[in-house]
Parts: sequence; structure tokens; C-alpha cells
Amino acid sequence: MSAVEQTTDELFDCRESFAQTIEALAAEDPRIVTVVSDSVGSSKLGGFRTKFPDRMVNVGIAEQTLVAVGAGLANGGKVPFVSAASCFITGRAMEQVKADIAYSNVNVKLIGQSSGVAYGELGPTHHSIEDLAWLRLFNNMKLIVPADPWQTSEAIRAAAAHDGPVFVRISRMKVPALERSADARFEIGSAETLVEGDDATIIANGTMVHRAVAAARLLADEGIATRVVNMATVNPLDEAAIAAAADTGAIVTLEEHSVRGGLGGAVAELVATTNPVPMRILGFPGFVPTGSAEFLFDHFGLNPAGIADAVRQTVARKR
Amino acid sequence: MSSSTKVPRNDAVTQIASKSLWIRRRSFQMVYEAQQGHPGGDFSAADILATLYFGVMRFDPRKPNDPGRDRFVMSKGHCSGAFYAALAAAGYFPEDELKTYMEPLSKLNGHPNRNYLPGVETNTGPLGHGLPVATGIAIAGQLDNADFRTFVLTGDGELQEGSNWECALTAAHRKLENLTLIVDRNRLQQGARTEDTATLDPLDEKWRAFGWHVEMVDGHDHAQLLDVLSAPAKGRGKPLCVIANTFKGKGVSFMHDNVSWHHGVPNKEQYEQAMAELV
Ligand SMILES: Cc1ncc(C[n+]2csc(CCOP(=O)(O)OP(=O)(O)O)c2C)c(N)n1
Ligand SMILES: [Mg+2]
Repeated sequence: MSAVEQTTDELFDCRESFAQTIEALAAEDPRIVTVVSDSVGSSKLGGFRTKFPDRMVNVGIAEQTLVAVGAGLANGGKVPFVSAASCFITGRAMEQVKADIAYSNVNVKLIGQSSGVAYGELGPTHHSIEDLAWLRLFNNMKLIVPADPWQTSEAIRAAAAHDGPVFVRISRMKVPALERSADARFEIGSAETLVEGDDATIIANGTMVHRAVAAARLLADEGIATRVVNMATVNPLDEAAIAAAADTGAIVTLEEHSVRGGLGGAVAELVATTNPVPMRILGFPGFVPTGSAEFLFDHFGLNPAGIADAVRQTVARKR
Repeated sequence: MSSSTKVPRNDAVTQIASKSLWIRRRSFQMVYEAQQGHPGGDFSAADILATLYFGVMRFDPRKPNDPGRDRFVMSKGHCSGAFYAALAAAGYFPEDELKTYMEPLSKLNGHPNRNYLPGVETNTGPLGHGLPVATGIAIAGQLDNADFRTFVLTGDGELQEGSNWECALTAAHRKLENLTLIVDRNRLQQGARTEDTATLDPLDEKWRAFGWHVEMVDGHDHAQLLDVLSAPAKGRGKPLCVIANTFKGKGVSFMHDNVSWHHGVPNKEQYEQAMAELV
């Protein structure tokens, strides 16, 4: 099988890629500012603050104000990157996100840090496994869930280049770098196929992409050629990639999110209304018990063995 | 079980002192073993928690749902280490349970969960929720003419959340004398000093302007805490805000007033030095 391999064993915290990219962009574009809510360290924006002290607005622990101030800064001609823990920038400030950013359709970039269950033992208040479901409702907001450092950096650049609301969901969990050809490009709305295969398709994003690739390897060994699609953009969806996935006759979606309303829900809406094929949606069922992120992944079968199992079961239901 | 009226004041103060030391030591051990937690804020809150549970509140840990109990809401839920230690000391669950802090499937989640543990009134973790929930509890008590009191502990950085100030209006409007807010005024938030982030001072004047009765105390002085918190609430006609001036990391020299201990965790040497100082 032709698989994307990790370049090295090195693991990366994608918040660092975000921080480096935003510093580089800010050096080129004086309109770029950052907005934080006592979230400088957790956003890795200490370097930005040192380089551009006047271009960081720290509103204190006040996420509703955080998001709304972002909208105001955009009105004043700035390009604000508003960054805080994903659970709070979405859940706590949802009406500001809806009315001030999405409905007002302003040029604000929301950066949801440490998304998914990265905060592990801190529990469901700090997990952000509802964010995609909430934000998917805003049809004009681009939603990007990058999988590795390169894609994080590209997503931030694409967000800056796009005139309109964008949400980029970043993890603090260390991930490998995927190997890509030199001419690889990231475009909002286009998925990338990481592993070829025609027996089934795993559609994943974010931290789960690496696990999907590992599961596909297990399945290849037993003769189930499983395609792995990295669906980094949840809105807008790459409809052609999903149509092609349906042609393999079995789809498993995989995300560090609730099984309700996220990537799986988005894919299912399209598949059910175009070319229904057997599907499984992998993720978290709801509020999770106490435990580290790694423990929770294993507990809910979001590891290569569990994912491979889900693919086998879905393939068995193929028509 | 606990009621300040039955115990002479000096004995109460002595007991509170020993419990607050125990809470500091035990919570620090929990943080050390879990290699996670918020020890700086555990230490700024330890004396307040000990005073509430061992000198002020009326409760029976065997009847955690008794409708007449005084309520405590730990709004700064990130300091679950000190809160759990206080609950165990107060008899809500065996001390042994503290060993499971943040372990897989533990009842002692990083932030308190009322569905796992008795004595937890509401799930906290996101800042700025405790005061509004406590206000709802106090309104229920007011509607029923009940004589229980409701206490809520917030951080000071936490007061940057607007929900607190919305609620400040509601509580004063309803003259909730059965409601007491204690602010852990350690002057540090997650990444910096409060006054370098979003200025809170003059904090007492703000609460007064919102219609609250305000008391300022040394938040590590057990006698002062005991006196303001156990003063009769009836007839005050206003909710009470106690601004407890504290230090993050209080009790351990290298943690004292040091923001890096907001969620810093100790290595072995630091743990041993801290335990040697906490006597
Ligand atoms: C709504 C919300 N935003 C952000 C956080 C992340 N956070 C946890 S503790 C903390 C700082 C709290 O400071 P303070 O209220 O002063 O507490 P203390 O100093 O007593 O620890 C922050 C920003 C949170 N828990 N909830
Ligand atoms: Mg503080």
C-alpha cells in the first residue's frame, strides 16, 4: 500500500506551529493582532507578546468579551487571531461567536487550543468534544482541524488569507509529522488521501489521523485495503472525496469529538442523502470519566485495534 | 456535625489551624503523586476552606443532601486538591479515597463532579459559574424562609468573568443576606498578576457599589476569617462579600506569591522541601 509515513519519530505540539506561523504572518502584515483571555501561555503566544507587545490584547478571564472584542477589532481594520482553550472560546462565548462573528460575517479567526480531550484528567468541563457540532451550524464559518505541524501552519496561513470567519481547532497532544510530497498544498475544503485503498474508507481529522493510518496498516496485513482520508476541513466538506469514499462501500469516520454532530455527523448527512453505504461514527459518546487522554482513547476504542475492528464490522455490512 | 456555636472560639481557631495545615500537606501530596493540579491556589484557599468546614458551616457529612445544610460552592474548581482534602477531613468520604486523585475512573476528577462525590453541590471548572449557582441556592432558601446559609469561594482572576457582575446585581437586588461570597484575593491569575491583566482594584469599592456588604480580612488569619464568616447573617439586608487577602503558594517559601505555581507541580526535591516547611 502507498502510505504516508512519518518523517521521523519526533513528535510535535501543534500549538508551537500556530505560534511560529502567527509570528511570521504578523511580521509581514501589520493588521494582524492576537486577542487572549489569560491564555498567553496555553496558546504559546509568549514569543508573540515579546515581539509585538502592542499587538496583543489580553482581556483577562472573560471569553465573551474576548470574542466580541475580536469582532470590534475586525471592524477597526485589524485581522484578529482570537486564541483560547477550545472549550471556552466556543462554549462560553457561543452567542458572541454566533451573533458577532458568524452572523455579522466578520474577518475574525478563532483559534481553539487544546481541543478534544487533551486536558484529560481535568475532565469534561475542559474537554472540547462539542465544539465542531456547535460551530457546524454556522454555514459561513470555515472549520479546520489540522492533523500535524505542517498542516497547522498551512491552516493558519489559509485562515489569514481568507476574508471571513474561520475556526482552527488545535491540539496540545504531541503528534508526528506526516510525510508529504514537496508540492503538497493545503486548501480550505480539500481533503487529502493519506493511504490508498478501495475496500473501505476511514475519514478522520486532527490527532486521529495518525491512528487511522496505523489502523489501515493493520487491515492491509489481513487484506482489507483501507483508504485513509484526512478531512481537515469540516466546513466546507470535500464532497468529492466523500462521494469517492462512498464508492468503496464502507465508511468509518474518526474524530477526537463527540459522535454527535461532528465530522461523522457531517459526513453522514451527505452520505445518507446521496449514496447511502454502511457507516460507523467513532468518537466519544458524551461526557467521559476521569482519565488521561491516552487512557480515554483506549477506553473508547479509539486506538488502531479498535478502529480496525470498526472497519471490519462495517465492511461485513457492505451490500 | 460542625457548628461554631458549640465550640469555644479559641478551640475552634486551634482546630482550624491544624486542619488547614493538614489540607495543605495532603493536597500537595495528591498533586505530587498525580503530577497535576493547581497547588498555588490550593494553598491560598486552605485556611478559608478549613475555617468554613471546621468553624462556620452547619452540615452532617452522613446526610449530604439534608435540605437544611449550609451550602458551599467551590467556584474555583481547579483547586480541587484542597477542596477534596477538606471534604475528606470533614468526613464526606474516607481519606484513603484521596489517593486516587485524577487516576483513571477516579471519583476525584481534576475538577469536582457532584455525581461522583458527596459534598459537591455543583460541577465547577469553568470560572464564573459558582456565584450564580450559589445565588440560585440562596434564592431558594429565601423563598422557603429556610435558615441555611450559602457560601461560595471564587478566585480573584475569576472575577474578570462578567457572569459574576451580572449576579452581583441580582443578589443585591434580592437582598440575599443568606449568601456569602469569599474572594481568594491572591492577586495572581493563571499567567500573571491580576493588576497587570485586567485591574480589579479597588475591589471592595466595586462590591459596595453593587450593593454588597464588604469585609476585608487576612485570608490566612483563622480568627479573622472565623469572626467575619460566623457573624450572624440575619438582619444584614445585603449579601456579604469577604475579600480574603491571600498569597498563592502560602506556606512554602519557594511557592509564595509565585505565578509559576498556578499549575506547577513539584519534583521530588521540591516536594520534600515543601513538606519540611509545612509543619
Ligand atoms: C471560563 C474559564 N476560562 C479559563 C479557565 C482557565 N483557568 C483555570 S484557572 C485560571 C486562573 C484563575 O485565576 P484565579 O481566579 O485568580 O484563581 P486562583 O489564583 O485562586 O488559582 C484560568 C484562566 C477556566 N478554568 N475557566
Ligand atoms: Mg488568583
